[in-house]
Amino acid sequence: MIEFRKEYFADERDDNLNEIGKPTQRQDMLGHVTGRSPYFDDHLFDGLLHLKCLRSPHHHARIRSVDTSEAERMPGVKKVIRARDVPLNLNTLLSLMDFGLDDEPMLADKKVCYVGEPVVAVVAETERACFDAIAKIRVDYEVLPHVLDVEEAIKPGAPSVNPTYPTNTFLYHEKYDHQKLRFGDVEAALRQADHVVEGRYQMSPIEQAPTETCGAIAAPETNNRFVVYTSTQALFFSLGTAAKMLKVSSNRLHFIGGTVGGGFGGKVDSIHEPMAILGCMLTGKPVRYAWDREEEMQVGAPRGAERWYITDGVMNDGRIIARKFIGYFDSGAYTRLSSYAIIKGTGHLPGPYTIPNVSSDVYCVFTNRTPATAMRGFGITGVDFSIEAHMDKVASKIGMNPIELRILNSYRDGDMKAHRRLAKNTALIECCQVVAEKAKWKIGSEYKAMSSLKGGGGERALIPAHTAIDQKGMVRGSGTSSFGYQPQPYVPSTPTFPSTPAFPSVPAYTPAASSSPAPGAPERRPAENAPTPSSTYNPTPSQPATPVEQRPAVNRFSSISGLRRR
Amino acid sequence: MAKKPIQFQLNGSGQAIFAEEGSNLLDVLRRGVGDLSPKYGCGQGTCGTCTVLVNGEPRLSCLTLAETVEGQSVETTAGLAHGPQLHALQHAFMDNFAAQCGYCTPGMLMAAKALLDRNPSPSREEVVEAISGNICRCTGYEPIINAVLAAAQSGGRRYG
Repeated sequence: MIEFRKEYFADERDDNLNEIGKPTQRQDMLGHVTGRSPYFDDHLFDGLLHLKCLRSPHHHARIRSVDTSEAERMPGVKKVIRARDVPLNLNTLLSLMDFGLDDEPMLADKKVCYVGEPVVAVVAETERACFDAIAKIRVDYEVLPHVLDVEEAIKPGAPSVNPTYPTNTFLYHEKYDHQKLRFGDVEAALRQADHVVEGRYQMSPIEQAPTETCGAIAAPETNNRFVVYTSTQALFFSLGTAAKMLKVSSNRLHFIGGTVGGGFGGKVDSIHEPMAILGCMLTGKPVRYAWDREEEMQVGAPRGAERWYITDGVMNDGRIIARKFIGYFDSGAYTRLSSYAIIKGTGHLPGPYTIPNVSSDVYCVFTNRTPATAMRGFGITGVDFSIEAHMDKVASKIGMNPIELRILNSYRDGDMKAHRRLAKNTALIECCQVVAEKAKWKIGSEYKAMSSLKGGGGERALIPAHTAIDQKGMVRGSGTSSFGYQPQPYVPSTPTFPSTPAFPSVPAYTPAASSSPAPGAPERRPAENAPTPSSTYNPTPSQPATPVEQRPAVNRFSSISGLRRR
Repeated sequence: MAKKPIQFQLNGSGQAIFAEEGSNLLDVLRRGVGDLSPKYGCGQGTCGTCTVLVNGEPRLSCLTLAETVEGQSVETTAGLAHGPQLHALQHAFMDNFAAQCGYCTPGMLMAAKALLDRNPSPSREEVVEAISGNICRCTGYEPIINAVLAAAQSGGRRYG
């Protein structure tokens, strides 16, 4: 049964509460044990059609031509859907929160950017008929150089993955090619430290692998509406995304969800609902679009891989006085949620420790990998793995008990965190004490006596008098509503990036999906050794069926940017 | 494509349907008969989510050719309760918090039922072995193992 410990913080919780602290039956449990919980696929429709996609076999390739004529004549095929059939074939999930630029098509048009990217969708009477028809589609690809490593991807001259972000980094705050955190003066503190400990940490992408694969069924409803049964974890994201990409009013979409066969973050991407509804609109029939297990594993967006470089300045007594991070998030080919994960992760730095000098540069990097998305604690888990591995390395380097090192550096109630908020309800010291006890790991009596409630605040509550700042990584054309991307001809003579924001402001932002192809990819860095296949390729975004409306010049960053105070 | 008539018992009632030749039992149960309790998880026999009983033995319905159950007895989670009275396993799963998203639960229940029908007093190791072909991604396996053991202790079959 469930154990609620009360040795610590006993005065912070009442014992006379009716629900809190007591096990409660799930409201959906009876449905689960009787097999009656209504998952999206548990809705039967007469004449249900199935939708499957032709997917890219290449990491990166230009689509020269697509021939679907034979597929359209195959038995059971009702509709072959191409990029031009999608009303607004460019989207980014967080555009609903006005964060980031539309960068991902529903169906690839001009080029494919990762293995498994959908190019053509086939709607047919059975899944087998879909696969048979897909086998008859001819796509002429011109294979392009690809990049799969985050640090390779941001080198000058690397293949440009994502046409909306031609330099392979998401652009933060309309200013920088990375997310910055500056607190105190790390470089000065590193010079004063008795030891400098460096580490490099790499994690893999991780598939959420829910037992139920992702999917949706869309069916015509009365009054020109569509009913959509979906496995989504984010019903309103899916609703808003479908309304946007299909250019229909959201009151014509009747979304039913809430019964999810496991998600763990992998069911927020709103891929299936717009596609199923589009199939339904084009055929007038109920359409089911669901991944099989192989698709779930190949194209289901994983937790993105992260690479972290950590440099600590440590004193002989174990106090960490400086911590510097350089991080690279592998976003895959498109943004999805990685840009947001980095903001979340940066707010968490330097981990649950009080360190007076912290700096961090985190890059959201586009590579020719499967786009990454949410997964349980994304943005935190990868850097926490790195931080804790690094804590062990520091302990080993200075010859200190690793649990005592953690307790010594733990944040305590009242301490100032690097994101300039006071820590409260901290409990790391107590966690370490319980872990040491359970693991029979010896710690000194002075460490057993420490408490999160004592010793915090005071000088530890102060924001450093001096914070070293810089403008490294500022992007060309920074200015309101430019978002760093202007389809201007690239001037190769620009040698490096100036350290001051001396960029000409531009009159108006032109969306990435404007109808005129960019004459040359705007580049933040000079693409040295130009005559490589990658640099002769002009990354132009997919062409939507109708031109994208000019966006109003609004502040693209809302609460998650850190600009607006809660 | 020619359709094939198949007759079998499903949870004690006779079923007679026409199925596409070569179709699997999972599709026939779900879309043919309309018993939605067995779930699709992988379609390749690795996750156990589609487990049903054929003549009392656990089978992966996604890999079972529908024609092979001609004249056989098939059991699914939809037939586990007796009217409004839940099976001991269903009670035990509820009491032990042995489901979170619930998607693997029908397969787990059928694998556990096959065990208890054969061995009313299994050891913990035997329970682990019996559900070893069923993947759960949410709750972890401890509550499920505890639930199966609790069901066995309660007498195995049905409550009152």
